[in-house]
Amino acid sequence: MSKIRKLAQASSRDLMVLAIVVTILALVPFGVSRFTLSVAIAALIFALAGIGWNVLSGFAGQFSFGHAAYFGLGAYTVAVTLTKYSISPWLGLILGGLVAAVFGLLTGWISFRFGLKGAYFALATFALAEMLRLTFNTVDFVGAGIGITIPLAGGDDWARIQFEDTPSLQYWVILGLVALSTLAVIGVMKSRIGSMMLAVREDEDAASALGINPLRAKLIAIAISGFITALAGGFYTQSLLFINSDLAFGPLVSVLILLRPIIGGVGTIWGPVLGAGILSVLGEATRSLVRQPPSFLQIIEGVNGLDQVLFGLILVVVIIRAPDGVLGWFRRRRQSRPA
Amino acid sequence: MRGRLRKAAWAALAIVVAVLLTQSTWWETNQTVFAQAVVSGLLIGGVYSLVAMGLSLVFGVLDIINFAHGALMTIGIYASYLLFDNYGIDPYVSLLITIPLLFVVGVGIQRFAINAVMDAPVHNQLLLTLGIAIVIENLALVLFTGTPRSIELSYARNEFDLGLFSLDFPIRLFGAVITLPKLIAFAVAVLLAAVLYVLIHRTQLGTAIRAAAQEPEGAEMVGIDVRRIYMITFGIGAACVGAAGALVMPFLFVSPTAGATFNIIAFIVVVLGGMGSIPGALVGGLVIGLTQEMTQLFVSGSSKLMGVFVVFLAVLLVRPQGLFGKVQR
Repeated sequence: MSKIRKLAQASSRDLMVLAIVVTILALVPFGVSRFTLSVAIAALIFALAGIGWNVLSGFAGQFSFGHAAYFGLGAYTVAVTLTKYSISPWLGLILGGLVAAVFGLLTGWISFRFGLKGAYFALATFALAEMLRLTFNTVDFVGAGIGITIPLAGGDDWARIQFEDTPSLQYWVILGLVALSTLAVIGVMKSRIGSMMLAVREDEDAASALGINPLRAKLIAIAISGFITALAGGFYTQSLLFINSDLAFGPLVSVLILLRPIIGGVGTIWGPVLGAGILSVLGEATRSLVRQPPSFLQIIEGVNGLDQVLFGLILVVVIIRAPDGVLGWFRRRRQSRPA
Repeated sequence: MRGRLRKAAWAALAIVVAVLLTQSTWWETNQTVFAQAVVSGLLIGGVYSLVAMGLSLVFGVLDIINFAHGALMTIGIYASYLLFDNYGIDPYVSLLITIPLLFVVGVGIQRFAINAVMDAPVHNQLLLTLGIAIVIENLALVLFTGTPRSIELSYARNEFDLGLFSLDFPIRLFGAVITLPKLIAFAVAVLLAAVLYVLIHRTQLGTAIRAAAQEPEGAEMVGIDVRRIYMITFGIGAACVGAAGALVMPFLFVSPTAGATFNIIAFIVVVLGGMGSIPGALVGGLVIGLTQEMTQLFVSGSSKLMGVFVVFLAVLLVRPQGLFGKVQR
């Protein structure tokens, strides 16, 4: 009991921020259009995937360039268990998380035992995600090249996480998943396991000299990371009502997942959520700028790809100007300011 | 003595397998397909080698994972296409333009972007190059739309009289078809590999590059301008894909993502061959070219890339320093 109290004290600031952020975010559906709400839902899905990525790559320092593997396993588990075995997606989400965690443990055990790190580990994770994509693209049981369509439940159906009439409910469900995952990450990072991860990230040799088992720390990180990212994938299936191998395992998915925590701040509790917010605002802003430009920019109206050019330029500038993400940038400014 | 004996045993085994294979009924029915797979694999493998050499150089000297490498190739492809389409310049003559053009582009990217993240963590370097790739590919989409284009070389089906013998394209070798553009791409790629090897291993500039790769601080102390070397190296790396872009343009659909498909293969080749090794990239490219064609031949219904990824993972785990790399641990 005292242990739990100590933990609660140590992380009381994070918990307070969590309560405030969730309360504010929970009010979003009351003031926005249906379209904006769908953008917000997409932002939260990738924020959740980013929270998972951040555990392995941010806190434990093992850069993954193939988190689409976990995202896709979660997405397909929900789709397959629902359409083939009529299992509720709630259970499907948990199952997907477990499948992804086991996949992470197996591949992670092999990769880490063979000493893969840095760029080599990143390339291995990329290759694994691509192999899953190619496999799911050819196996008939999972819809091969066509993919899986989720049948419409019609109306609001809590058991199947489909809310056709009230999209706000869908928003609150994904917000709940984000809140729970953030809570879990706060808990893990304040525990012994979290300290072990940080120690391994900073200096693996020093960590093992102190009696930490780096392999164990990394494997725990990869399992938690895979589980959370798979939750996002499973929810993605339910919000899109369709999944195929490109949407689930494509290289772009891996990029979308890691982009948010990196923009927000790698290895920070709030980086993924903050990054997701910033990126969706930026993405929507550039998209609507190209769709309806001001009169002096008439020529750019509806030009295909221009929003992506702007997006890429912003990305380049952010990486050069704010190398530790937006949170890191704020922190540095605060430190350099005279007291 | 034992080593020689073992080698002889392996050679004997290989010969026996080869003889058995050529006598089998499988061989009789599949001879042409097999020959075609080998030929196609080697020819495209040569291009992979050239793309990978540029990447390997950047990886080995600057320690940067360059995800913009394929996008740079897209610039080479479009440059060559536009020169042909607007001014009728032969794609192989356009090499004289695309190579220096991409060198300059590469130097510029290193000077104004990559230089800022030389000491940054891996994920920032990766994301920066990814951002550059997004900009280049979508700029191509804005300027030239996504419509795939292709060209037809007027002399691709000619007969060439070479004095002693004549070549009638497309050539047939054991039933396999060899088209002229692919043969030229292969030959020029291998030639450029040799030029690059001489440049890196036999010239003063090459010595400076290798010094900067091994010991940047030491190189600085003996008077090498390491920042300048980094710019030149990135320029050379980009020039490689500038050449590769012009070489593949005649037999590829020109589109904004045409180069990107080569990017991940190039990474695999670099790891396979050993980072920074030019002979490694050459052999690695050919091996990967063969692997993808063999996958398609033997594993029905699977993607070409599946076998490539299997080989890649195996190399990563068993021999991460690559076939030609030195053990660092």
